[in-house]
Amino acid sequence: MKKHRTSPTTDSRYKPARPFNADEFGRVRRILGGKVLFVQGDAAVAYGALLAGCRFFAGYPITPATETSEILSQLMPRVGGVCIQMEDEIASVGAIIGASRAGVKSMTATSGPGFSLMQENIGYAAMTETPCVIVDVQRSGPSTGQPTEGAQGDIMQAKWGSHGDYELIALSPSTVQECLDLTIEAFNLSETYGIPVILLTDGIIGHMREKVVLPEFEEIELTWRREPTKPKEEFQPFLVDSTKIPEMAIFGTGYHTYITGLTHSETGYPATDSQVDHHRLVQRLCDKIRDNRDRIVQVERDYSDGDKDTIGIVSYGVTSRSVNSAVKMLRQDGLKIDHLRLVTNWPFPEKEVAELSERANRIVVPELNLGQVYHGVREAVAGRSEVIPLWKTGGEMHVPHDIVELVKGGVK
Amino acid sequence: MFRKAKHIREKYLEENMWPSIFCQACGIGTVLSCALRAIDKAKLDIDQTIFVSGIGCSSRLPGYINADGLHTTHGRAITFATGIKLARPELKIIVFTGDGDLAGIGGNHFIHAARRNIDMTVICVNNYNYGMTGSQLSPTTPIGGVATTSPYGNIESPFDLSALAIGAGAPYVAKWATIYPHETMLAIKDGIDKEGFAFIEILTPCPVGYGRRNKLKQGKDYLLWFKKNSIARSRYEKLSDEEKRSCDKIVIGKLNDLEKPEFTREWSRLVDQHFVE
Repeated sequence: MKKHRTSPTTDSRYKPARPFNADEFGRVRRILGGKVLFVQGDAAVAYGALLAGCRFFAGYPITPATETSEILSQLMPRVGGVCIQMEDEIASVGAIIGASRAGVKSMTATSGPGFSLMQENIGYAAMTETPCVIVDVQRSGPSTGQPTEGAQGDIMQAKWGSHGDYELIALSPSTVQECLDLTIEAFNLSETYGIPVILLTDGIIGHMREKVVLPEFEEIELTWRREPTKPKEEFQPFLVDSTKIPEMAIFGTGYHTYITGLTHSETGYPATDSQVDHHRLVQRLCDKIRDNRDRIVQVERDYSDGDKDTIGIVSYGVTSRSVNSAVKMLRQDGLKIDHLRLVTNWPFPEKEVAELSERANRIVVPELNLGQVYHGVREAVAGRSEVIPLWKTGGEMHVPHDIVELVKGGVK
Repeated sequence: MFRKAKHIREKYLEENMWPSIFCQACGIGTVLSCALRAIDKAKLDIDQTIFVSGIGCSSRLPGYINADGLHTTHGRAITFATGIKLARPELKIIVFTGDGDLAGIGGNHFIHAARRNIDMTVICVNNYNYGMTGSQLSPTTPIGGVATTSPYGNIESPFDLSALAIGAGAPYVAKWATIYPHETMLAIKDGIDKEGFAFIEILTPCPVGYGRRNKLKQGKDYLLWFKKNSIARSRYEKLSDEEKRSCDKIVIGKLNDLEKPEFTREWSRLVDQHFVE
């Protein structure tokens, strides 16, 4: 090989693709300081990413997500990673996909208007089965909307934002601690299934400060994509076993893989004229998530004693906090309340909602939009219970009293 | 000569992908040939060279090369290339793009990558139209040029892509045409050797798309047109000021060659200052 110049990283600490182990984790912990921190949700996301081994962040400034970029621009050089401010959100997702294919866990963070721009390359990541994490700190839309106010208006977009058929995973944290925990989880899921994972926080949690306890290395599990097990000559980048998840050859390792957003066969090369290849590909893109939905879906149940004639509440994200207070108040009044909190938004926890409908005569769905998860709940309930929405927009959370009133009003 | 061609073919081409999708007398094959010869001459390690492209005829090129290739979304190739390069700065990145991909939908990414000066070689097939979708008007279609979306002749001023790259800060810029394959190859090699953002614009025939609507039906017509309407920079520099003003030819050759701090080198300096052991 020609030695016309040395790589800038030969003798440098700048090595984003370094192996991630207990030492690296320990170094991040030292940089973050104490075991218990008091930080905002956007910061917890940044810390979670570093603890998960993310060493590449690309972003574009947008309220209320900017703090994640600011914090990582400070911390990434300290851990030998990269933080770059791109020219827009389309470029941010392009860059994190490129970095991921080159063997580095990567993330971007944005809010609604940026999330809309990202949909093009989120579809590309889904089609090419590239792991990456996209944080959407939701604010009120449509369009520029209310930049500094929180909302839950991007739930449907997270699943259906790009064109065509694909599945991805979206998670909704309700606390700042969960912002950190679910960021780590998002990386694990994206590496396990080879997909973009969306973390749906919002302007309220993003800017809210709360206690966060940092995990120890032994307490968490970190996953990494399956790298090729076959020799180079036999390796086909999209040939799968029963898991339906392909192994991923990292760029620069000599595997000579061709990756395209066009419909492709197992070899990776375009097969755009083949109905069979196309169907097989998109069916598999969906199946690899649908087949594993029981492993992926996380919910939290806070149910009353007994197994029927309850009142159900389905909540997620920041709204769960209002619901938690409302549940206490309602139980004090002697009502049997079942609270189902969706940690996973996508794939939609249909089975769990259906189970709730076996117990609850009525299910209240409070959310900070004009009806998104409501539709999923209605579909899963399939007429077994009455589904009552409690929609709110404008940037303020539900006050527990709103939920109490609705539930009680319906009891009369 | 033929032995060399065989060597290039066997060493670099992905045999499963032939025949190519390119039309008769298309110039993109020449661009591929020039690029592979340049890579060979620069002695790049093909295992450590990543080919990235967007959407369009020229963006199909990485598929014909037996190496790692990333065929991305329309106009976004440079953003993906940025991620790869920053994640693994030891890799060499070659981007294949076209006038529509690079300067139409991808114009913003192009100027910002040039400004940041990230080490990559961007090879732009400029054929004055969107060939793959059926010869529509592109940001480089000359005034008066007939395309399927400018049936009465183009009224928009075209971009001079090389001037745009220089203006945006690219330290290495060269413009050639496929009638000069040897010079084109040398320019690509220079671009590869350059530590920084290197931009090579190659004027390329598209007889089946743009040409047949603009009195350039044969590949040969194009080559003669390029020859007649271009002037080497070395000759252009010797013209008097008045001659320069009246010269309406396309200036070809090496148009910019500066030393500038490269992004990954600067980032490594920054990391070494702030890294926590």
